[in-house]
Amino acid sequence: MENTFNNKDSSKVPPSEGFREAYTLHLADTTLILAQRNSEWCGHGPILEQDIAITNISLDLIGQARNFYQYAASLIGNTDEDKLAYLRTEREFKNLLLVEQPNGDWGQTILRQYLFSQFQYLLYQQLQNSKDEQLAAIAAKAIKETSYHLRWSSEWVIRLGDGTEESHARMLNAVDELWSYTGEMFIPAEYETISGVDYTLLKQSWTEKVNSVFSEATLIPPSGGGGAVFMQTGGKEGRHTEHLGFILTKLQYMQRAYPNSEW
Amino acid sequence: MSTNTIHKKNIYTCLEEIKDPEVPVLSIIDLGIVRDIKESEEDGIEIIITPTYTGCPAMDMIAMNIKMTMASYGYKNIKVTSVLSPAWTTDWMSEEGKRKLKEYGIAPPNPKQQVCHENLFAPNEAVQCPHCNSHHTHRISEFGSTACKALYQCDDCKEPFDYFKCH
Ligand SMILES: [Zn+2]
Repeated sequence: MENTFNNKDSSKVPPSEGFREAYTLHLADTTLILAQRNSEWCGHGPILEQDIAITNISLDLIGQARNFYQYAASLIGNTDEDKLAYLRTEREFKNLLLVEQPNGDWGQTILRQYLFSQFQYLLYQQLQNSKDEQLAAIAAKAIKETSYHLRWSSEWVIRLGDGTEESHARMLNAVDELWSYTGEMFIPAEYETISGVDYTLLKQSWTEKVNSVFSEATLIPPSGGGGAVFMQTGGKEGRHTEHLGFILTKLQYMQRAYPNSEW
Repeated sequence: MSTNTIHKKNIYTCLEEIKDPEVPVLSIIDLGIVRDIKESEEDGIEIIITPTYTGCPAMDMIAMNIKMTMASYGYKNIKVTSVLSPAWTTDWMSEEGKRKLKEYGIAPPNPKQQVCHENLFAPNEAVQCPHCNSHHTHRISEFGSTACKALYQCDDCKEPFDYFKCH
């Protein structure tokens, strides 16, 4: 299928990665890696309906990733969506650290999805008004699916947080595991200056929403003893936790072992 | 082929034959995903489609089926272009499409969608059972067998059924 934005003669354009290319790849990598993580639940979900839900979310995210990669490929030239997903190295991936964190138990997967979907929903709200028409179109399309992800994960955070002693304890543990990876979402990398996104507003709206869901879930966001909580950063610039390498080993195995194979 | 010989109506008739691989009673015209038909360079025809869902795996297959079907009618140089904006909504599904869906056992999207909002734990949307027409139904899961469906069950005839959900 050809896309309307694919109007360059790619053979004449040398590969280059400006801010727009880097930002699009950041969006693509983030959605792809979370899709890959969620897909690890396929066939292992706690009950059938929730197994189907998490893998549906995974599929939606792969769809978003494909749109972003196709657009990035058209900007960069001389490449395609598959090369960008399968043949870039760990240091070239620009995904958020949050999405590469292990699934843990079901509670941790749910919380990771919620923290991310809450962010993604608010991000797409802004991005659908972007001056970049293609990014705006992808965001406007994807936000409809994201609203489903957000509602589903919010409800589960509340059910589990305000559930049994066991589920509450597990959610507290999940908050401890994941919280330090949330700060990065609101610290723009240099290339994000082209996004037109208001990161202060984004952080403020996200914090309000998360506080409200956490309070219903009887969970408390870490406060760092009154001071600022230490936040991990680096994913947007290709400095990842030890987990990403393992994810890519699995994700890219076929193309690395059998270069240019297709099916 | 010149402009004069491209009859959009004929092309639409050909496209009626192409079904959604996941809901084979619906044609791509019923679904409302064919956005435009244009004459392209070198006497070709460009068919512009839009995906229903971002991650819909059927889209590549649909694009291929369009090319094959058009070729079987003697049309050459067919280009299928996918555009995202404006985003597809279930409102674009034809009335005929909704009728076919119900006949097939899938509850068609409600005319006035009630679940496209952020509210948590909202009451279930009232969806009519496609088997016995009862409105006494409940949602089992918002995520079903494909991206476009939610899973419901009828409280009267007890049959589970798919609902083509809000988009
Ligand atoms: Zn019934």
